[in-house]
Order: sequence, then C-alpha cells, then structure tokens
Amino acid sequence: MVDHFDAPTEASATMTRTQERIPTVVVDDAHIIYRVHQGAAGGTTPVAALRRLVKRTHAPNVREVHAVKGISFTAYRGEAIGLIGSNGSGKSTILRAIAGLLPVNRGAIHTQGQPSLLGVNAALLNDLSGERNVVLGCLAMGMHPDDVAKQAAGIIDFSGINERGDFASLPMRTYSSGMAARLRFSIAAAKKHDVLLIDEALATGDKGFRRRSEQRVRELREGAGTVFLVSHQLSSVRDTCERTIWLESGVIRMDGPTDEVIRAYEAYANSK
Amino acid sequence: MATTALVDPDTGLTQAQLAARHGLRVAGERPSLVEYSRRLWAYRHFIAAYANAKLVASYSNAKLGQLWQVLTPLTNAAVYYLIFGVVLAQNSIPNFIAYLTTGLFIFNFTQSAVLAGTQSISSNLGLIRALHFPRASLPLSTTITQFQQLLASMVVLVGIVLVTGEPLTWEWLLLVPALLLQAVFNAGVVLLVARLGAKSSDLKQVMPFIMRTWMYGSGVLYSVSLFDRLPGWATTVVQYNPLLVYIELARYSLLEEAPLLNESLTQLWLVGAGWALVAGIGGFIYFWRGEQEYGRG
Repeated sequence: MVDHFDAPTEASATMTRTQERIPTVVVDDAHIIYRVHQGAAGGTTPVAALRRLVKRTHAPNVREVHAVKGISFTAYRGEAIGLIGSNGSGKSTILRAIAGLLPVNRGAIHTQGQPSLLGVNAALLNDLSGERNVVLGCLAMGMHPDDVAKQAAGIIDFSGINERGDFASLPMRTYSSGMAARLRFSIAAAKKHDVLLIDEALATGDKGFRRRSEQRVRELREGAGTVFLVSHQLSSVRDTCERTIWLESGVIRMDGPTDEVIRAYEAYANSK
Repeated sequence: MATTALVDPDTGLTQAQLAARHGLRVAGERPSLVEYSRRLWAYRHFIAAYANAKLVASYSNAKLGQLWQVLTPLTNAAVYYLIFGVVLAQNSIPNFIAYLTTGLFIFNFTQSAVLAGTQSISSNLGLIRALHFPRASLPLSTTITQFQQLLASMVVLVGIVLVTGEPLTWEWLLLVPALLLQAVFNAGVVLLVARLGAKSSDLKQVMPFIMRTWMYGSGVLYSVSLFDRLPGWATTVVQYNPLLVYIELARYSLLEEAPLLNESLTQLWLVGAGWALVAGIGGFIYFWRGEQEYGRG
C-alpha cells in the first residue's frame, strides 16, 4: 500500500515508490470555469434569435462558475482513487475534464489513452430494448461487432435485469431507474479501460449487484487500469480505493491513504 | 503494492515533464483530420446501428409503426396537390401530380435531414457526455436515417409516377446517382448545421423559416418556368441552387415532359456533383474543427 504522503496538496510530487510507476493521469494546476446559460433574455422570437446568430453574440445573462481552482495530482497504473467532498466541490467536474469532455481554462490534464467516464446519467436510447442498447453502447465504445455479439448475453446477465422476467427485450423506458443504471454500468464495464472514471454509479442497484460491480471494478484495476470513484457513500470508497482525494470548493483539501482522508473528512463534515 | 521508501528519481520533474516522459497526451485533444477520418471509419458499425436504431425508435410509439414512413410523404403530397393542383389549378404543367411529388419528396429528403441534423448533437448530449467516439458519427447517422426514409418514399414516388402514366425508361436509372449526390450534399449540410446547432439552440427556431424560403426558391410547388420572369442575375442564382438542381435531375430521369429551368443536362450533373463535393468536404472539415467543443458547457 502507498503510505507516505507529506503535504496533502503536493502528494503526487513527493510520492514514494518501489519501482518505476507509470502515471496514467497527470493533472497540472487545472482550472475549470463553467458558463451557465440562464435562458434567453433578449426575447425568444425568431427575429431576435437570428440577430444574435448573425452578430455572433451570446445571450446576455451567461454566468461563470469557477468550479475547479488549481488542482494538481498524479494517478498511477493500478491505483483506485476515491474523490470525496461536499456537493458542488468540483468532483464530477474534474472527472469530466479528465475524460476530455470539459476544457481546462488554465493548466493542463494529460492522460494515457482515452479515459472513459461512467456515470448514472449515461443516457442511451429509451425507446429501444435493453438488448439493442447493449449492442449500441458497446459499438459506441468502439468494440468490434463480433465481440459485441459474444459479450451481449454476459452483459445482460451481469446487470441482472432479467432476474424478474424477460426485461432485456422491453424498451428501456419501462425500466426502473435502478435497472437502467445497472444496465448502463454493465455496458460500460464490459470493456477494458486504461482509465475508468466512475461517478456515483456503484451506489445504484441492490446489494447483490453492488457486490458484483465492486468485484468488477477490482478486476478492471488488476487489468492494469486506473479507477477514479466519485461517491458520497464513504463505505464504497473505503471498500474500493486505497487512495482518496478530498476536494472542497474546487481545491484539494487532502490527498492520501483512504483511511486518513476519510477520518479527516468525517470530522470536518460532523463539525459543520 | 508494497513500498520500500525509495526516493523517486522523477521527483525533480514538473507535472508536465512527467507527462511528457511517459508519453501522456492532453485530455480531449483534437485528432488530425486524417486520424479523425480513420477513427470515424472504425466507428462505421456504430453509425449504421445507430441510424437503424433511430429509425425504429422514431415510430416505436405510433400504432401504425413504420407504416408512417410511407404515409407521411403520401399525406403531404395529397395536401399540396389539393392546394396547388386543384384549388390553384396549375394546368401549364403536364402531369402535375408527378411533377409535384417528385419535387416534394426530393426536397423533403434534404429538409428533414437538415432539421434533424440541427439537433443531432444537442439531442444526444447524454451519449456525448458519457462516451467518447468521433462526434461526426451522430450527424452522419442522422443522414443515413433520412436516406432510409427516402428509400421508402421513393417506392411511393415510383408508384405515383407510373400510375399517372409516365413510361418506364432506362433514364430512370439516373435517379440512383442523382440521389447519391444529394445524399453526400445532405451529409455536408447536416455536419454544418449540427455544429451550429450544438453551439446555439436558437438555430432550431430559425431553421424552419430558412427551409421554407429554400423550398420556394427550388420550384417544388409550381412550374420552374416562373423563374424566367426574374431579373437575369436572380435566375442564375436559382439555377445554381443545389436543391433545384437535384430536383431537376430527378424530374429529368423520371418524367417525360416536365418543364426544366436548366437546359443543359451536362451542366446539371456538373453543378450537382460540384455541390456534393463542396458541401461534403467543407461540412466535414468544419465539423471536425469543432470536435472538442461538443457536449460541453
């Protein structure tokens, strides 16, 4: 286990190691600023819209939110890193930036391969059956059709949506939210990822599914990947991650072994 | 991972140097045009599957299901025939029903592709934010979905044209290359409006007006000979209107006596192919340049 962490915010720079460890994600002083549209103000008529298009101006009331304010850390191959913090602390934002889905305004994020973000909001096509969604989702991850055909049955079994009758052939809009989330997790977990970013997804599903998915995350890590886990359930962070980064208002408050960080975080959360 | 507390030889490195040393790439970097095309080709199965899925999904809630693929163009044709053929009685055109439906169905191919394309990024944000794939897959699969719809309406069109007394000739085969050129043109325009629509959802409100104007400039509902009354430069503009060109190509191949604005067939084919090339390549490059912006904000 990694056990020597000095100043929390510079943990990556002072990290100790045995052999050459291979970094998979290097976050270098990343700042992320969101632009939030608060709906149209200058009239919603086609004429006003056309004028804005022609002049290439933005709707006047766009607000900027500085969600991540200078974060640096390095993640290595084979690590599972938990990200904790209060709501709005920038956890999901930094995950999306690592996945390349949000630009950094300052600093840089370097990654090995293409990180995959696995969130509960990963919407597929609700009008299509679960089976078709499995095929589409796998193709969208870049899998070959032959591999998809081989793995489709396994993915549906893993998700457990067929435990109460044949749901796989029904449209996804008929699924309960838990079933849909389980299926989405199963699809995303079917592929080997260099870097897997999990946003609250392990919290879904019943006890049996949670055990299976935690097992799956462990397998993905052993396959030389790096796993990031955002969760409000400290127990699942404790079970899956040996390193934890605590974010608060867009800055790293602490970075170190899970037990220490969670203890400090709990003390902080209780004192509020 | 057991650690004996050895000092890291890399400790002196900055984050950027560490990343460079291990060959890490900047997250969300835009690939080169060639690399992008290669990736897109690798995703061809996804594009085809997604196009099929959309086609099935769009009718999954309707009782008549995919029958609407044929019913919608038929109903459209009936309404326009009632207004322009019966009420306004355009007798100057021989076989007006066939003239009208050919123009209508060809125009509708581009119109529905453009309208769907405007939203092809903005309506798939969930997918875009969850998974990494070349974003051009989405507008391209929209174009393919519309092409599949077109094939259904072409069956209807051929039926109408035959029933109204047009003879079946070898020239009908020219419809195939004409439609393919139009499909390439559509793909380019769809890529263009997909990027524009991704940035500003206002475009969705404006698009129907643009398409309506375009329709009146393409001689769909009335005889193209009306355009001769325009001043010379305006006629030239209309002559090079890509949609008018594709409609004339279809009318030329299917109908015997339809009035045409462009006298020279060679010119029609050249302009049609030119537009397909310009729109196809231009649209693709324009869309690629925005690749890292989709799904953000």
